[in-house]
Amino acid sequence: MISGYLITILITIVIYAMLAHSLNIITGHAGQISLGHASFFGIGAYTSAMLYTEVGLPFWISVPMAAVAAGVVGALLGIPCLRVRDDFLAITTMGINFVVEAIFLYLPFFGGAMGIGGINLPRWFGREMTKPEYFILILVVFGLLLLLDRRMGRSWIGLAWASIREDEQAAGAMGVDVVRFKVLAFILGSAIAGLAGGFYAHFLTFIMPQNFGFGQSIVILSMVVFGGIGSRWGPIVGAIILGVLPEVSRPIMEYRILIYGILLLGMMRFQPGGLLGPESILPRILRRSVYGLRGQG
Amino acid sequence: MPLLEVRALSKEFGGLRALDGVSFAAQEGEILGIIGPNGAGKTTLFNLISGVYPPSSGEMSFQGESILRLKPHQISRRGIGRTFQIVRPFQNLDVETNVLVAFGHRYYPSLWKSSAPFRQPGILKEVQALIERAGLRSYTKQLAKNLPLGFKKRLEIARALALRPRLLLLDEPSAGLRFEESAQLMELIRQVLGEGIGVLLIEHNMQVVMDLCKRIVVLDHGSKIAEGSPVEIRSNPLVIQAYLGKET
Repeated sequence: MISGYLITILITIVIYAMLAHSLNIITGHAGQISLGHASFFGIGAYTSAMLYTEVGLPFWISVPMAAVAAGVVGALLGIPCLRVRDDFLAITTMGINFVVEAIFLYLPFFGGAMGIGGINLPRWFGREMTKPEYFILILVVFGLLLLLDRRMGRSWIGLAWASIREDEQAAGAMGVDVVRFKVLAFILGSAIAGLAGGFYAHFLTFIMPQNFGFGQSIVILSMVVFGGIGSRWGPIVGAIILGVLPEVSRPIMEYRILIYGILLLGMMRFQPGGLLGPESILPRILRRSVYGLRGQG
Repeated sequence: MPLLEVRALSKEFGGLRALDGVSFAAQEGEILGIIGPNGAGKTTLFNLISGVYPPSSGEMSFQGESILRLKPHQISRRGIGRTFQIVRPFQNLDVETNVLVAFGHRYYPSLWKSSAPFRQPGILKEVQALIERAGLRSYTKQLAKNLPLGFKKRLEIARALALRPRLLLLDEPSAGLRFEESAQLMELIRQVLGEGIGVLLIEHNMQVVMDLCKRIVVLDHGSKIAEGSPVEIRSNPLVIQAYLGKET
């Protein structure tokens, strides 16, 4: 059997991969920077935790509701936010993160600094799910999300996002409703982050405001940038590598943020497209080895 | 009914009057030249017509309907395509995808239609036809950023034509081009005119303007100082003064 420790890491990594994927929709596909993505993660976690512990709704309802709540808040915040661009958008989303964290921290309704406890793993077939089962559940949901992402990428929506990422003014002149498609990306990315939050709350069984602070947003962004912003698999690879690193050695855990920072600087200097971005080193090596094999065969 | 009618259009940026009470009309199948010295307000005029920013006062109507408060995407969907003075193709997309983005204008209004895949044989065929018409056939899969300037300009025209426009706004299409490149571009514009599309042409190259346009509007310091045929414009003392300064 797989050890409990390993399964914990695996679940954490899938949740981070889901988060990196959701941020990639906003920042990678539609080109809108967000430094406050952890707030939607938090809104999802708190929604599902409160619905579960206070209202008594089962996991199977509370977690989808977490996605809906984060998506709705994403829409409400996105509409005013997305009228600003670039550095202003970065500051605004960062501000949102601080406000959301403060609301969780200072309103007694949300359990304050003590957070919310007593959230359990979901039940099915009359018993509580085991951790390996929970891992497979999240993995399947994530797989479905990736299929959806592929479909979006091949649709006019994906094309509209690409045009906005490249040049907003030109996109408008081509009939693309810039604000509407930006908000759509924001809603979708926030909803998926909220879903990840719901999964996270039921797995940790205990959540606190600090789990959803600005630092967490930066961790998610690092994964996206490190793996390759805009590519489908890059953010997932980023989440795996940056998620596994701190588990492999304790010193890395202690200096986590420092090491992420150095990695990011190095990436920006030598591989701005990320590990899997276009024109970056990993795809080039892969291509070369594939062609090399063909050449020999 | 004129295709495009502009009445007493003004635009102020802070205290600066970039455009001051300009009126004119453009007809279907006509190419109307817009000329004037640097800073005369030509590009401001294009930005107002295409909805980049709203006018401070005045009226604009297209095919008899006001377009005064419309956003850029609404105006382009109604059939006004444009190119940019400093080219703005989608640099990291290939030529085909650039044109496809504009083709999507029929799908973007509905979220449901927008979720359909864009690579459909019928659409790709139409896109290919436009690309060939713009003389970009062998560049279909090239990223826009790798094209030479003249090809980028033709790509912008192909993209604007994908909107199935009734009116094209061309902002200095020949600027920065070599003579042959510019001649090819003019040939493309002549073809477009043959299909009954109206064109507004901002141009600094006087030879091009005098060649293509039957009617010209001259702007200076935000105001219209003359309108007429190339011959009339050439001999208009106000125009000569605007370009060369006053005789002393």
